[in-house]
Amino acid sequence: MSKSKPVLNSSLGKKLIMSLTGLFLCTFLVVHLIGNLQLFKDDAGYAFNNYAYLMTHFAPIKVVSYLLYASVIVHAIYAIILTSNNKAARPIGYAASAGGANSKWNSRNMGILGTVLLVFIATHMANFWWKYHNDQVPYIEYRTDLSTGVTTSTEIQAGDFHDFTKVTENGVEILKARDLYKQVDYAFDNVFLVAFYVIAMAALAFHLIHGFRSAFQTVGFDHKKYVPIIQFLGVWIFGVLIPVGFALMPLYFFFCK
Amino acid sequence: MSAHMNLTLKVWRQKNDKTKGQFVTIEAKGIADDMSFLEMLDIVNDDLTRKGEDPIYFDHDCREGICGMCSLVINGRPHGPKQGTTTCQLHMRSFHDGQTIVIEPWRAAAFPVLKDLAVDRTAFDRIQQAGGYVNVNTGGVPDANTIAIPKRIADEAFESATCIGCGACVAACKNASAMLFVSAKVSQFALLPQGQTERYERAQAMVDQMDEEGFGNCTNTGACEAECPVGIKLTNIARLNREYLTAKVFREEDIHG
Amino acid sequence: MLDSKVPAGPLADKWSNHKFNLKLVNPANKRKFTVIVVGTGLAGASAAASLAELGYNVKAFAYQDSPRRAHSIAAQGGINAAKNYQNDGDSVYRLFYDTIKGGDYRAREANVYRLAEVSVNIIDQCVAQGVPFAREYGGLLDNRSFGGAQVSRTFYARGQTGQQLLLGAYSALNRQIKQGKVEVFNRHEMLDLVKIDGHAKGIITRNLITGEIESHAAHAVLLCTGGYGNVYFLSTNAMGCSVTAAWRAHKRGAFFANPCYTQIHPTCIPVTGDHQSKLTLMSESLRNDGRVWVPKTQEIAKKLQKGEIKASDVKEDDRDYFLERKYPSFGNLVPRDVASRNAKEAVDDGRGVGKTGVAVYLDFAEAIGRLGEDSVRAKYGNLFDMYYQITDENPYKQPMRIYPAVHYTMGGIWVDYNLMTTVPGLYALGEANFSDHGANRLGASALMQGLSDGYFVIPFTVGDYLAKLGSFAPVDANHPAFEEARKDVVEKTNQLLALKGTQTVDDIHKKLGHIMWEYCGMARTAEGLTKAIGLIQDLKKEFWSDVKVLGENDELNASLEKAGRVADFIELGELMVTDALQRAESCGGHFRLESQTEEGEAKRNDEEYTYVSAWEYKGDNQAEVLHKEELIFENVKLTQRSYK
Repeated sequence: MSKSKPVLNSSLGKKLIMSLTGLFLCTFLVVHLIGNLQLFKDDAGYAFNNYAYLMTHFAPIKVVSYLLYASVIVHAIYAIILTSNNKAARPIGYAASAGGANSKWNSRNMGILGTVLLVFIATHMANFWWKYHNDQVPYIEYRTDLSTGVTTSTEIQAGDFHDFTKVTENGVEILKARDLYKQVDYAFDNVFLVAFYVIAMAALAFHLIHGFRSAFQTVGFDHKKYVPIIQFLGVWIFGVLIPVGFALMPLYFFFCK
Repeated sequence: MSAHMNLTLKVWRQKNDKTKGQFVTIEAKGIADDMSFLEMLDIVNDDLTRKGEDPIYFDHDCREGICGMCSLVINGRPHGPKQGTTTCQLHMRSFHDGQTIVIEPWRAAAFPVLKDLAVDRTAFDRIQQAGGYVNVNTGGVPDANTIAIPKRIADEAFESATCIGCGACVAACKNASAMLFVSAKVSQFALLPQGQTERYERAQAMVDQMDEEGFGNCTNTGACEAECPVGIKLTNIARLNREYLTAKVFREEDIHG
Repeated sequence: MLDSKVPAGPLADKWSNHKFNLKLVNPANKRKFTVIVVGTGLAGASAAASLAELGYNVKAFAYQDSPRRAHSIAAQGGINAAKNYQNDGDSVYRLFYDTIKGGDYRAREANVYRLAEVSVNIIDQCVAQGVPFAREYGGLLDNRSFGGAQVSRTFYARGQTGQQLLLGAYSALNRQIKQGKVEVFNRHEMLDLVKIDGHAKGIITRNLITGEIESHAAHAVLLCTGGYGNVYFLSTNAMGCSVTAAWRAHKRGAFFANPCYTQIHPTCIPVTGDHQSKLTLMSESLRNDGRVWVPKTQEIAKKLQKGEIKASDVKEDDRDYFLERKYPSFGNLVPRDVASRNAKEAVDDGRGVGKTGVAVYLDFAEAIGRLGEDSVRAKYGNLFDMYYQITDENPYKQPMRIYPAVHYTMGGIWVDYNLMTTVPGLYALGEANFSDHGANRLGASALMQGLSDGYFVIPFTVGDYLAKLGSFAPVDANHPAFEEARKDVVEKTNQLLALKGTQTVDDIHKKLGHIMWEYCGMARTAEGLTKAIGLIQDLKKEFWSDVKVLGENDELNASLEKAGRVADFIELGELMVTDALQRAESCGGHFRLESQTEEGEAKRNDEEYTYVSAWEYKGDNQAEVLHKEELIFENVKLTQRSYK
């Protein structure tokens, strides 16, 4: 009698990691999209900047966000391990290949799509996350007249900004914040970046159309009634709605702002 | 009268597992469309033999689509362009006069080439030996009708048990994964009452052996299902994942020596 | 001198009493014995697994790349067992009686009774292994009536019963491999039997990958090597099926029994041309609903052959439903030999159909009209698909074309009640032996016999032999007898490799096939058989002077493998014809034109031919010697079969 190999040393265990991290990242996408919808609000970024502060300073969310970063890294590392195993499993390839006859292009190219997404995530983090955390974004001050509800905003200099503050003086709410909204606006002036974002979101769409459904298959979820629902969610929510939603943001700023 | 055609074959020739192989172009003349693909190769081999050239070695036996011995990747497709057939049941009417046909062996590290188009598939036997059975001795078993098995379950188990072990799933998979093969046997016994006592041990032992043989990882592309000559379904793979992960997470048990 | 060792006593008690009288090997001593099993089909895999479970060391050999590929896997229809689950009057005795009668009273009573007796255990065993047999909605096992049987005793797994049973036996074998009790040698072919002091002590094999000629020693050798239908070149057998292992054993002293008994199966897809490499069987269940016919006149047949008209254009009045016409009570469900012979008669009469004119119709139009296309599809869908795939003709629209093909060989190595051959320590199981089917095998009985021999007979009888050996000493694979046999094999291999003539091995094999089919096929005459002997002798010379064998020994070499097999087939062919010639009666699958009833049915001659012919090899190019084992019927009365 002997013990079977530890689960994470097995091919199925590694796939489980891919599946769970992938699904976790999918849930993040939903939250991220809903939050970022505030970009479309024509309020000079008031709501969005508030939201950005909350997301970076509320302890439970911070914990989740570190889990998230870990997931991206683990997902990528395991993808590399699995891919190199897979390459080793077929040292000599076929001279004639007809993959299109028996499977979808995206399912065979998750690695390429994933690489695009990884570059995208790095770019995206550098543009926003890094700059936001390292004081490289503009600052803004909002004054809201609480009696009328009218908000005005002015850009302020680094010297005038010490921390995210919200005070009420004489019926006027004064909010000083890092202006991530403005940073978004700046960034999406760059046509190349916009194009890259749109391409990346297309990659995301194809990655998730296969990945979402595949993650359930990998954890062994298989049910006559529910699999079609998962398939539907994978295609229409994660393959269409979310990537399109995200892609609209750079396009909106490029064309409408 | 049936049509006759001339074809150009690009065939992988390799003397043995120690030498390197290469493609050799061979003309096949006067091929009737009611010949099977293997009969076409018989004709080509007869010609080669008469010319004193070494005939092409390929595995085949029953020539009625059930023994699983024949293989061949034909123009990039395991068992050729027709779905749901083995190479021996593929007829030349699926090709046209003047066509070039690329013929390659199954490509996988776990299936080393023995000669020309024949590969060593004993890895499959070793996986079955790891746990693809019910531990009963001859004699001393209860009457066959002691256990009632719902027809639906018996039929589903049959669908899984119908695997012919040809290896087309491995050949089709871009990762050379053997999941469809392994899952078919695990499913048969996971479904049937006879398989319950060793259900979780079996899944672990067979997956361990599968990994040890050097097959790749399943990425759920579905190529295996599309190319399987007997229609083994991806559902089996989901079930294998479920069986294995359940075993690992909830029921880790010792496995036999 | 041939002692069948059938135990005394009442038929129903023979096996039980015999089992009690057999000597046993002490459990602690079993591991001191090694048994070689050649072939891993139903008989071989079940025997190897069962013996290993008992504690013997087993070495199993297969020419295929895996034990799972043995040709048992291709059996479609089902497996008989006298379970009487359907309450329709079946019993062990009835299965016994049907098998004896179906074999046209040319089988040994005691063996057949034992087969019927253990048939019930086979089903239990297979179910316990997880074989997914067809089931009723209530969850219990389903049965069907098969091959014209009056009771429903056939267990089945769709049209793949052989596959499922073989995978069951293969799984049992795998379990023993895992436990280290069985060592499997894939891609190995047995090329000789080694005897020491008259007893079988091992075999010589060729490793088909490396060409190495190897010696394997054991205390007993089991031949589970299947039938020899490929002597006809075209048959429903797998391409690699051969008589080689059995024939080499025959040359070392194992008598070959009833070689002329071959079964020609009526429902196969017809030959399309010279390129054809094998014939595909379609389950005879098709005859339950299909109607067999040819046109009444040669003129209409000509038009059909040229493709000027289609089958559906032939008027009802112009059709000859010959089986229904000649056998009103059994109609299209007459036994295989009768259906086959009648199809041949129609074709010989110039009324065959299809391009080649060598086929008859099997028409489902009436069944489709009566049951609807969907019902027909539910019953026969996979067979219709298979037919469509191979012929490119849609059988829902046009009748199928069928023609008989060689399917099974009832003859084989002579064995006694213990399944031991005339060489002590050498056994033959399954289709490789001659014992249970007489002159004709009933549908769904081949699987039953293979598993009966392997699971339930040999584990007892081998033990008896080993217990009586009186020594546990291992057999030495370096004994001079092994060296000598090995040298013979190497020499023969070199002899074959030196052949540099002009014909391919297949060319010669096809010629042999034509001779056998023409003169030793569905209808045989003294004149034709005599002529065939000369033709085969000439062909043998042609083989050894004009065949071309390419390549080297030390590689995968299909032409060398085939050459060795065809050389043996030629010798076997001569023996089959000789046997067919001496048996101047018709029985079962052996139909001598000289011996028929007024209605043209097979006529036995029980006075003179109620015996098993067992042939002894006397040396190269010497006439074989005939030994007769009288068949004694104490329980059944010999009658003329009638299906009118």
